[in-house]
Amino acid sequence: MSEIREVSVDELKHLVSDRARSGENMLLNMGPQHPSTHGVLRLLLELDGEIVISCVPDIGFLHTGVEKNMEAKTYQKAEVMTDRLDYLNPPGNNLTYCLAIEKLCEIDVPPRAQAIRVILLELTRLSSHLLWLGTSGLDLAAMSVFLYAMREREKIMDIMEMVSGQRMMTTYIRPGGVWRDVPPEFDAAVQDFCNIMPARIDEYEAILTNNSLFLDRTKGIGVISVEDCLRYAISGPILRAAGMAYDLRKALPYCGYEQYEFTIPTHTDSDIFARYSVRVAEMRQSVRIIQQALDKLPSGPVRSNNRKYIPPPRSEIGVSMESLIHHFKLWTEGFHAPKGSVYVATESPRGELGVFLESDGSPKPYRVHFRTPSFANLQIMPLLTRGHFVADTVGIIGSIDIVLGDADR
Amino acid sequence: MAIDPKLAACIASLQERFGCRQEEFRGEITLYLTPEMIISALTALRDEFGFEFLVDVTAVDYWLNQEPRFQVVYHLRSIAQGWIICLRVPVTTVPPALPTAEKVYPSANWYEREVWDLFGIRFEGHSDLRRIVLPYDWAGHPLRKDYPLGYEEVQFTFNQEEIMVHKPHPKS
Amino acid sequence: MGVEQKLGTMGIVTTSLENVVNWARTNSMWPMLFGLACCAIEMMGAQAASYDMSRFGMELMRASPRQSDLMIVAGRVSRKMAPVLRQLYDQMPSPKWVIAMGDCAACGGIFNNYAILQGVDEIVPVDIYVAGCPPRPEGLIHGIITLHEKVKTEKLKEWA
Repeated sequence: MSEIREVSVDELKHLVSDRARSGENMLLNMGPQHPSTHGVLRLLLELDGEIVISCVPDIGFLHTGVEKNMEAKTYQKAEVMTDRLDYLNPPGNNLTYCLAIEKLCEIDVPPRAQAIRVILLELTRLSSHLLWLGTSGLDLAAMSVFLYAMREREKIMDIMEMVSGQRMMTTYIRPGGVWRDVPPEFDAAVQDFCNIMPARIDEYEAILTNNSLFLDRTKGIGVISVEDCLRYAISGPILRAAGMAYDLRKALPYCGYEQYEFTIPTHTDSDIFARYSVRVAEMRQSVRIIQQALDKLPSGPVRSNNRKYIPPPRSEIGVSMESLIHHFKLWTEGFHAPKGSVYVATESPRGELGVFLESDGSPKPYRVHFRTPSFANLQIMPLLTRGHFVADTVGIIGSIDIVLGDADR
Repeated sequence: MAIDPKLAACIASLQERFGCRQEEFRGEITLYLTPEMIISALTALRDEFGFEFLVDVTAVDYWLNQEPRFQVVYHLRSIAQGWIICLRVPVTTVPPALPTAEKVYPSANWYEREVWDLFGIRFEGHSDLRRIVLPYDWAGHPLRKDYPLGYEEVQFTFNQEEIMVHKPHPKS
Repeated sequence: MGVEQKLGTMGIVTTSLENVVNWARTNSMWPMLFGLACCAIEMMGAQAASYDMSRFGMELMRASPRQSDLMIVAGRVSRKMAPVLRQLYDQMPSPKWVIAMGDCAACGGIFNNYAILQGVDEIVPVDIYVAGCPPRPEGLIHGIITLHEKVKTEKLKEWA
């Protein structure tokens, strides 16, 4: 174990002002263990009294080495690692990785699998936004909304468990479709959830939207312009709260998102409250998409029939020798993907999640790189916090909705 | 997937100006540039062709497979047109170094720090080239192919004692 | 059910000091608010209304290590985080206990690589390991109750 080495101010002198080095301004270390940094983020704040002069984020306390580890596993086995990156959006990570494999190997996906994917993705978006609502409410001293949000989140967790057997790390979306068909009680459970959810979102809004304590802490804080967002490659709700209606589900549809009617909520104020409004409006749109997908859920297979890449269904293994051989080959040796590299992007609850996948023709990915939204979004922390109080920093971190597993990988 | 004719025209004019090689795979266009050209190419793409969004900067290590060893990969997106383009720059210098794209796209700051941290490719002129995800005193660059994964043997009942001997444990 | 029923008419209960101390320790254990990764989300789930960890006297998560006596290591510990985690452990006042929640904290889990500590027991002594990736809230609660059982059997002279 390495010893704790203190980083001297000299190493950071280009990031803090001269007043900090002479001791006139205070340097405050926030994190990595801090209740409101949403994980293990460390911020070095330079303070003049209570005003933040500059902010130096330090990430990497959750660096997991996923990209290196995936190079040592076959394509199918590496998929379990993707869940644990952005642990509030596991099906989204699976999906992006699977879309990259599907693009690389040109695998088709049956329509039923597409619709199931969309339902699960939107449920995950809801659960991620619910957790964000609860924890960022907690940061701004609104305790009760956490309890309400977690109540609905448990319902989503129950649906996830019903389809995949795991509450969070589902690994349910697989290359060429999904793991297996949804159980018969799935439709009723999702319908039940869609019925109660709009009223529950009204409940959260009743607690927060007109609450003057909440408004005082959120209005006019952490403002960033659209131009700055684009320069810093910010995507997701932060970009939409700045006024740009950009959503990859509309711009470059995947999984058949073009079939569903939904709007992209935007706001113009670009402060914490605008991001809150955009996310709450997005939750309503997600319920709309789930309802539409559920209403016209097609029947049919849920997994591609391309036996070169996709293992045969379990029922065939007992009766067909070829299926047994395919199954054995695919799960021991893996499949040989064509040589080349692809980039696929999807809209995660936090912004653009991309996978860059390079194959050298072997059963293991040669290089996997995740373009994660939290990593890019965290970069604007110095811009957002400058000139605000230390207490507002907490609200700003919450409004970016960071997941450190996503940022550090 | 067919390429948008407007994008094809844009690629053609870039090829004419920089003389770069183009590759197409699964409907994605990749341009190969030299380290000297990359900054002017990025500036041209941003200012003239509307690629205002630098999606990603990463690198690939072709140790023992290809020369030169490293390629830095840039992904750019034009939001208005919905295009995405990939630029690849083989890093010819030893030790590996490239000019920084930070002045063209400020978002490149952290991406380049990450590439430096995990691949050890220096970006000349970068404002703050420190390690980003690994500890300050880490030795080596883990995503290089010659860096070991760091796999530790898994403990089972039959080899538990043997592994416990080597495990560093605290004195409570 | 309460202490009144044991009092009888005399108003006195005879027991050993050890029992009283351990009883007090189990019923007001203050965990440190310390989430690392995925398991922290399930830890939050365990505190929320559906599972309600406050039934076991631990609704109060302390953000400061100085005020807490239970560290729940919820998630993977990277090499960069390890010195910080050990420092936090050293700052906690004795008696203190550690729960390694989840496979990553217990043994490294699926991340057998350069960046992740292969089990948090390499840097702090662990009392209870909770399996699962991530464990369900019930799993965490089971771990905590198991820890309570362990604390109840502790001998005072071992602390001295």
